[in-house]
Amino acid sequence: MKIAVCIKHVPEGTTHRRINPDSKRLDRSGEGAINPFDTHAVEEALRIKEAEGGEVVVVSMGPPSAQDSVRKALAMGGDGAILITDDAAAGSDLVATTNALAAALEPENADLILFGQQAGDSDGAVLSAAVADRLRRPVISQVAELTLSDGKVTGKRQTEFGYDTIEAPLPAVVAVSDAINEPRYPSLKGIMGARSKPQRTVTVSEVGVDASAVGDPGSKTTVEALNDPPPRGDTVKIEDDGSAPEKIVDYLAEKKVL
Amino acid sequence: MATLVFLEHHDGELLKSSLGVLSKAAELDGDVAGVVLGSGVRDLAAGAGAFGASTVFVADKPELEAPLPQPRVDALARLVADQGFDTVVFAASVLSADVAAGLSARLGAGLNWDLTDLVQQDGSLIGKRPALGDSVYVDVGWTSEPRLALIRAGTFEAKETGGQAEVVDFDVEFEDFSLAATMVEQAHAESEGPSIEEAEVIVAGGRGLGSPENFKLVEELAKALGGAVAATRAVVDAGWYPYATQVGQTGKTVSPKLYVACGISGAIQHKVGMQSSGVIVAINKDPNAPIFEFCDLGVVGDLHEIVPKLTELVQQRRS
Repeated sequence: MKIAVCIKHVPEGTTHRRINPDSKRLDRSGEGAINPFDTHAVEEALRIKEAEGGEVVVVSMGPPSAQDSVRKALAMGGDGAILITDDAAAGSDLVATTNALAAALEPENADLILFGQQAGDSDGAVLSAAVADRLRRPVISQVAELTLSDGKVTGKRQTEFGYDTIEAPLPAVVAVSDAINEPRYPSLKGIMGARSKPQRTVTVSEVGVDASAVGDPGSKTTVEALNDPPPRGDTVKIEDDGSAPEKIVDYLAEKKVL
Repeated sequence: MATLVFLEHHDGELLKSSLGVLSKAAELDGDVAGVVLGSGVRDLAAGAGAFGASTVFVADKPELEAPLPQPRVDALARLVADQGFDTVVFAASVLSADVAAGLSARLGAGLNWDLTDLVQQDGSLIGKRPALGDSVYVDVGWTSEPRLALIRAGTFEAKETGGQAEVVDFDVEFEDFSLAATMVEQAHAESEGPSIEEAEVIVAGGRGLGSPENFKLVEELAKALGGAVAATRAVVDAGWYPYATQVGQTGKTVSPKLYVACGISGAIQHKVGMQSSGVIVAINKDPNAPIFEFCDLGVVGDLHEIVPKLTELVQQRRS
């Protein structure tokens, strides 16, 4: 069983992130870390490998600093890694990212390609289905329980209406939810060993993609302007003196939401 | 513009969130059509006329019965190519996000997601997208057609204008890989009220409730208001309430007309999931809780006393 896990290096934390007003791109100059959602995909890959045998390849696309996140995934237990890093790929949107990532994944011929449910920086939950379409493979997203048997993957997931159980033959693409497992911390041995595992850093042309298919030229969406959030209006704050329920009802009636 | 709106359905009804997107699309320049994909869904299609669709395309096929994304990508790719739509809009859901993403890859078409508005500006279409925990609102655009847009759940209200739609059947050829995934089982949660994505009113409970039993205070108020019950990550993690109701960064993003937060401090992880709600009422005993900085009406007090009385008053007012 060969499993490819796609991970993203994202700016750390939720409070210090900013968009560069000149490039209108997310500022990736500060400290970064592996997208927390992706650690669940790495963990799931490792559990499958431990149960079934096989190998886990970590695949990522990002700035050179994304090496830190790749190494974290290797320290957790991944066997090898491919990092697409290229100035030409900076600012890639969904279409451009799909172009490069699918090209890097294709020759790997993994039985299972795993993604985290969403990127912590862009809040998108779209890459797994896009890559699956490009690779012409079945996809199951938001999977909270995954089982493998007889060359098939079965995923249980939560939707707006309840639980769906979906089955797909391998090779397949699966995005896992963060409810699926509790990611392990890398052991000291894992951290020490990560550096000596096979890691390839490649440009987009080395994965067979023209520079015009990534970055700004390959992207089909743009950021036009950055604005302040619309004001919420003034908050009315009251202390309950026993009359709060009446005051709330009056307020709701005034706002026509009762 | 020639806009196509993906009309999702469940249990024999078009989703309100999809109809809201259709109403919004009908306000923009140009022609608006809807598309309904499924099995035995032809009767649903005509209903979209009242919400602004001039035409509703229908692919009624057994392969489209289960709510799986990939056969829907095949259908939409075909329809966009044949009819020349320049814009395809989706109300965000577990299903539609995968459909939109697959279509983006298939057509090499730009996709912007989590949009809270669509506007026409100097002849081009601009999407408004709250980013980085809604701390910045980004204007996003497209450099080629078709433009694909996923709209944040609950953003637009479905407005019935009473029009008639022409229903047009179309055929789909499916890719082998699109039919590879199959639905084994669908277990639908028995819920009395609306789901939180569809609800116009949400009453949410957090740690401040004190115990799982006290969720009944929230449930009773939600019932009185005709709304749905939501929960914070903290109480879902603690096992007090199911994950399906979790609002926030790792749960659902909602924007109902009214959001009543009971015993919720308003941590950023929760805030990002609900701050685009219409009216936000917060009840919390801690006067310094962050939620008081982004609510409309903040009530400092004991929810265990306030909520039951509030429920009673709402029942009286609505009866």
